[in-house]
Amino acid sequence: MSEKNDSAGLQTHKAAERRNFLKQAGMVAGAAAGAGAGAFWLHDPTGEDGKPKPKILRLPEGGFAVEKPSTAADLGVARGNRVPAMLQGAVDAIGGIGAFINPGDVVLIKPNVAFERVAQLGATSNPEIVSALIKLVRDAGAKEVRVADNPIEAPENCFMRSGVRDAAVDAGARLYLPRPSDFEILNVPGAKWIEQWPFFAAPFRGVNKVIGVAPVKDHNLCRASMTTKNWYGLLGGRRNQFHQDIHGIIADLCLMMRPSFVVLDGTRVMFRSGPTGGSLSDVKMTHTIVASRDMLAADSFGWHELLGRQDEALPDYFAQAVARKLGNPDYKSLNVREVQIG
Amino acid sequence: MSEVIVRPDWLKPNKDNSPWYARVFRITNIRVVCQFVFFALFAFLLWATWFSRLGGYPVSMFLEVDPLVGFATALSTGTVYRWLWRGMFVLVPTLLFGRVFCNWMCPYGTLHQFIGWIFNIRSNKDRLNSNRYRAGFQLKYYILTVFLILAAFGSLQIGLLDPICLLVRTFTVAFAPALDFWAISGNTVIANAGLDVDLGWISSAPGSPEQRVFGGAWLVGAMIIGLVGMNLVIPRFFCRTLCPLGSFLGLLSRFAIWRIDRDVTKCTDCDLCLKGCEGAADPQSALRKSECFVCFNCIDDCPEDALSFKMAPLPVRDQIVGNIKKGAATLFGDQVISKDPETEMKAPDIPKRRWVFAGIGGFLAFPFLRMSKSVNERGFNEKAIRPPGSVAEPEFLERCIKCDQCINVCPTNVLQPSTLDEGGLEGLWTPVMDFAVGFCQYNCTLCSEVCPTGAIQKTSLPKKLGMDEFAEQGPVRVGTAFFNRGRCLPWSMETPCVVCEEVCPVTPKAIGTYDVEVERWDGAKVTLNRPYMRPELCIGCGICEHECPVLDDAAVYVTTIGESRSLDRQLLLKSPKKEGA
Repeated sequence: MSEKNDSAGLQTHKAAERRNFLKQAGMVAGAAAGAGAGAFWLHDPTGEDGKPKPKILRLPEGGFAVEKPSTAADLGVARGNRVPAMLQGAVDAIGGIGAFINPGDVVLIKPNVAFERVAQLGATSNPEIVSALIKLVRDAGAKEVRVADNPIEAPENCFMRSGVRDAAVDAGARLYLPRPSDFEILNVPGAKWIEQWPFFAAPFRGVNKVIGVAPVKDHNLCRASMTTKNWYGLLGGRRNQFHQDIHGIIADLCLMMRPSFVVLDGTRVMFRSGPTGGSLSDVKMTHTIVASRDMLAADSFGWHELLGRQDEALPDYFAQAVARKLGNPDYKSLNVREVQIG
Repeated sequence: MSEVIVRPDWLKPNKDNSPWYARVFRITNIRVVCQFVFFALFAFLLWATWFSRLGGYPVSMFLEVDPLVGFATALSTGTVYRWLWRGMFVLVPTLLFGRVFCNWMCPYGTLHQFIGWIFNIRSNKDRLNSNRYRAGFQLKYYILTVFLILAAFGSLQIGLLDPICLLVRTFTVAFAPALDFWAISGNTVIANAGLDVDLGWISSAPGSPEQRVFGGAWLVGAMIIGLVGMNLVIPRFFCRTLCPLGSFLGLLSRFAIWRIDRDVTKCTDCDLCLKGCEGAADPQSALRKSECFVCFNCIDDCPEDALSFKMAPLPVRDQIVGNIKKGAATLFGDQVISKDPETEMKAPDIPKRRWVFAGIGGFLAFPFLRMSKSVNERGFNEKAIRPPGSVAEPEFLERCIKCDQCINVCPTNVLQPSTLDEGGLEGLWTPVMDFAVGFCQYNCTLCSEVCPTGAIQKTSLPKKLGMDEFAEQGPVRVGTAFFNRGRCLPWSMETPCVVCEEVCPVTPKAIGTYDVEVERWDGAKVTLNRPYMRPELCIGCGICEHECPVLDDAAVYVTTIGESRSLDRQLLLKSPKKEGA
């Protein structure tokens, strides 16, 4: 009796043991199969798949340039003292803002805010022009106006002290200061040096018109920094290598960015100690605003008429950009329309 | 039938029929709200310590109301700088009520209490035992003794452990870059998802083009994790054992007029008052006034209503002539046996010989630290470059509390907490500049604005730049830049460069060039602008070093020589009346 009971108990016990074993063995097999499948799925025999793959950005074909109406001049030059009217006059000369901005456009304005200097020192774009330009663009029906630059010195300080921050915000533009997450690798086909380079991409998302606003400055290495050199502020990464071939780099910048138009801020020029300056004695007032589709024409005008270097040959980057058919620095052969304001 | 009024629980009277508001507005609840407000204010002020957020807030206020900062700098300098008189705001309540600061205002105390509360897994009995006084809690008085003696000699070390300095430093060096990191990571995810949201408000450094980094952040981070984690072992470990501000206030609280009082006729010796005692102040026997944080938990927890907060009664020995401690006193000539025990211990319970030992430690610590050839005038690190406006090194060490507010506000990340390398132990966590990380922003004087102790003296922009009435005195120089021609591209590699000259912010530029045309090895002709330094013009801002393309060991670099704050560390022979600029 008890023996029979014992054997029945043993049977039950063994069955339980068997179930337990099968359950555990099943789990082991399942875990092993899962791990194996995972390893197979993630398998990277050369180690290449594990490396980061940067997103490559391309700007639209033909850049942000717009058609030129037949009546428009190539270079609009306004002289005077009232900045909004001068800007209006210069832009009207090259076809009027309506030729560039359509209602609903998202417009990026790129001033030069590279250094932490007050506007009077001429190291940065005149905030009055930035402000007037934003209003002009908004009145033309732009949906959104953005202002962006990647300065050399601390960005918040540069935007604040130059006055560009207040000018932009008060005029209703959105300000873009560079954040670490804002950069993507830009592909510039045909560039000599910056075919792949970190680019301040965030402000460009959804943009369809780009306007550069640059001061006229002496530069220690490339001789003059104007609308072409201004695009330097859209790049990130190891910009301090650019001096090793600054002219080649500026020619690359012309290739990289085809703006809708540029404004050369010749209200004052920094004629020496550039590009930082720092003394009013480095600056002279020239009371001029130039608008142009052709950056080289504008900069050449700046070199000869504003920096007053009539007798000196243009810096080498002009020739390199011309060789790539990126503009015409011989502005005297172009249709220049000058207006005098007030 | 009478109408039944249904009330929510919190509106019902207590068991003893006291009204609902007596429960809701309990003093311990009010204390919690007060702690929350002060903590939030503290966090806000740290968050606001940034160029675009400053807006006139008194961002260093907590450091200024820290009476230990005021007292110790008064010892070391003989003066009370700028806003440090605000220490009175804490001193006066301490003299009236005891260490209220510790459990009502101190953000670090609040952090400890909160962590201890939220991770508490102790049974009531364990909690009771964990709040008994331990002899080890004396340590903070010895720490304070050593710090104050060091301060009197001119080496301010309170900042190593002062809770406000420690917390500000931890935020700046460890927590703020973590916030930035989360904001940057979040922004990347958001951008990849094609959304237009900015997490910059989380970041402690919005508008900063790069993730900020701080030397030795791991150590500062490990310290706070360790110290806060100790609450799981011993509640309020830091406050009870290490805090020099707590011990300073503990010594002062002997004068407090009000204190926790135990009615011995009601007390049943159940020890339940220990359950929530934050300070381990022995409310169940003779109250240790120097340890009590005045948290009022004991009053809350007492089932017999034996505890109250009131004006301390006259000491027993003044009521009865004689020595009560020994149990024998005389009353009108007759010897009586008193059952009234001493109800309080005014001063910390520390044997005199141990004070003496700690004192000797302080006396020895000063020469040990100062003669270590790190911040010594005869042996200093050439890279220990102090922010502009700093006083000369010996005076700097009298003033700097290592709070690192200057480092927090620095827009370019150039200011770094010194590691043992630059400042030795004495200068640990004091601000030094690392031009590999950033550069001194030309028009910026924020570090001098936020410094609570004048280690960096409040410096106006004209004064920093040597303009207007400061023209004769010249600009503030923090060091001088030198060229290492062997690594300089135009000097040794036939490659054009001069980024250094481009970015030099002074006018006329402190970097000039010798322009030569050379034929390169491959036959190409290149124009090289070979830079040289004009030391009379260099202010040591270091932007040349920061922007030099020879990244790892820059071809132009700044060292401390020529810094205006030191009469000794001058390079050029010049009359102090006549500057080259």
